[in-house]
Amino acid sequence: MNQFLKFSMVSLLSISGLNVQADTLTNVQAKGLLSCGVTTGLAGFSTVNKHNKWVGLDVDFCRSVAAATLGDSEKVKFIPLTSKERFTALQSGEIDILSRVTTWTLTRDASLGLNFAGVMYYDGQGFMVKKSLGVKDADELDGATFCVNKGTTTELNLADYAKKQGFRYKTASADTIEQTKSNFEMSRCDALTTDQSQLYALKTSLKDPSSAIVLPNVISKEPLGPVVRQGDDKWFNIVRWTLNAMITAEELGVTSATVDNPSRNAEVNRLLGNSGTMGEYLGLDKKWAYNIIKQVGNYSESFERNIGVDTPINITRGLNALWKDGGILYSPPFR
Amino acid sequence: MNILSFLNNSKTRFFLFQIIAVSIVAFIAYHAVSNLNYNIDRLGIHSGLGFLDLRAGFDIAEHFIAYTPDSSNLDAFYVGLINTIVVSIISIIFASVLGVIIGIARLSNNYLISKLAEIYVEIFRNIPILLQILFWYNLMLISLPSPRDSFEFFNIAFLNLRGIFLPKPIFESGFIWVMLAFFMGVFISFFIKWFFNKKHDLTGVKQRTWGYHLLSLLGLPLGVYLMLGSPVYFDYPGLQGFNFRGGFTFSPEFLALAFALSIYTATYISEAIRAGIESVDKGQKEAALAIGLTQTQALKFVLLPQAFRVAIPPIINQYLGLTKNSSLAAAIGYADFVDVFSGTVLNQVGQAVEIILITMAVYLTLSLIISLGLNLVNHKMRINGLNE
Repeated sequence: MNQFLKFSMVSLLSISGLNVQADTLTNVQAKGLLSCGVTTGLAGFSTVNKHNKWVGLDVDFCRSVAAATLGDSEKVKFIPLTSKERFTALQSGEIDILSRVTTWTLTRDASLGLNFAGVMYYDGQGFMVKKSLGVKDADELDGATFCVNKGTTTELNLADYAKKQGFRYKTASADTIEQTKSNFEMSRCDALTTDQSQLYALKTSLKDPSSAIVLPNVISKEPLGPVVRQGDDKWFNIVRWTLNAMITAEELGVTSATVDNPSRNAEVNRLLGNSGTMGEYLGLDKKWAYNIIKQVGNYSESFERNIGVDTPINITRGLNALWKDGGILYSPPFR
Repeated sequence: MNILSFLNNSKTRFFLFQIIAVSIVAFIAYHAVSNLNYNIDRLGIHSGLGFLDLRAGFDIAEHFIAYTPDSSNLDAFYVGLINTIVVSIISIIFASVLGVIIGIARLSNNYLISKLAEIYVEIFRNIPILLQILFWYNLMLISLPSPRDSFEFFNIAFLNLRGIFLPKPIFESGFIWVMLAFFMGVFISFFIKWFFNKKHDLTGVKQRTWGYHLLSLLGLPLGVYLMLGSPVYFDYPGLQGFNFRGGFTFSPEFLALAFALSIYTATYISEAIRAGIESVDKGQKEAALAIGLTQTQALKFVLLPQAFRVAIPPIINQYLGLTKNSSLAAAIGYADFVDVFSGTVLNQVGQAVEIILITMAVYLTLSLIISLGLNLVNHKMRINGLNE
């Protein structure tokens, strides 16, 4: 009985304990570890390389937040999530930040108790088909079966697109990106549809990458960005400005190699914490952005290292170039 | 009364502890609910059941009722629920038939048959069901041909890795008469049974009656059917573009799931049947044979009825298990209830708490209905006056 009473008291305390939640930054700094939700494996965005290390554009963003808040980009615990699990994991506090090719939509932003901290990658939904099918344009896909990933905006866009085009279609859906890819490879479907960046990434990981082509059509806007819980403005600011710091660093030409060089540019000095109190306003060390750039790099470095033209995924900057280079990437000033 | 003796009274203690236990449970439940409400509020998560009326916006691969992306989330709920029920019922039928056959086969005097049955049971019972589902699904995808070189059956049914395509009967208005004729036949059949039973009671003459039954059950509707000039035609599947269109389709996901569930659950049912048969005293069989029944008659009239009595409770458990296991469909993307409702719908509207609670309530209801039904059967099968 005594044992039982003790147990009940402990469980009651722990239930009540959930009510009292300190802010995310304090939690992360107390743990000395950032919990970051990523994909279960998507080349270029978040995947485990052969040295057993998480790499990718989304992974780099997690590392940047860790560098800014903890001063060490290695202090990240990566939690692989399926698209179905991701929002619940964030809402429940299992992860501190979701960096998992997640499309920013009104419904998600306003009804899930979440906030999108910005856009990491401007994407759009496209199609991949087997070359042997002889399809050159998405117009020809009437009556086809589509492989889709469950619980994504992809399913909704596909339904809208088919309705607009007057298509009849069928879906074969799967839980993980791996199973979707394997269904496509085994011809369970005629076309695989998801965000274009993912199509390129999946194509490189097919058994025979040359057997498939990505169609030129883009049927939706998919701004992908990091997500945090609503109601913690301090943490939201940190995550948003981590992204801005990476973009601004590229704009100012500061890279991980040149970050230690003295600069006469006032904005560079403000960014790197040599002058001003930017870090203090965010509740961080004044070297926060310096740590990001030194340990992870600026946006361009991360992009080129993970998905750029020199990688197998081979994506050009396109929309994701800086505003001054013809893209739409734009950061508010560090002032 | 002395307070100590009051507390030491076993009756008071009995009630006291129950009250304490109940209040602890109630307190925990209260705390859990208020904590939940508090946090949903604090996090600004949208709540309520309003999402059921919203446009779903996504397609579902298999639906037995009308459904398009323009339907509501409530329609998606029904589509998923019906898919779960269909796959469960079909699997339960196959599992039961297979289970009874294997259960009897295991007790066969033929060494080969009993050994094969034993090997089957030991293999499929001891591999986790999820692995079996994935195995059969991926095996199906690897081994079946693409739509363009499907397996054909007389050019009316096709099998390929998009599923099995069957002709779909379309009933014209006249078909109602055929149905009426059939019900009439059932009625006549009961009358025939009653008539010959009565004759048997009166004269002791036992006649073979299956000819009359066949005539009333099949002959009558068939006659009406032919008289009305075949009021049924078929919609045949045909290859158009990428896929087969028309007809009736079962997807590979459905086939793999139903197959895996059937052969997995059949092993347990066969063991229940075997236990039932072995529980019947050897003397029963000997006595049945001694009074001149054949082997088949002994099995049919003496052994199996008694065996089923023992076997039904464990079989109820297996049916419940099968229905719940069907939720593993999510692993291969069959559009069952879990997959559609607590998968896709949950993701599109994001209201995890409501949706998971509804999902649990639905499975609880399904399970209770199944066990209620089978408990009625159990009640009917038991020996009056025994074990009461």
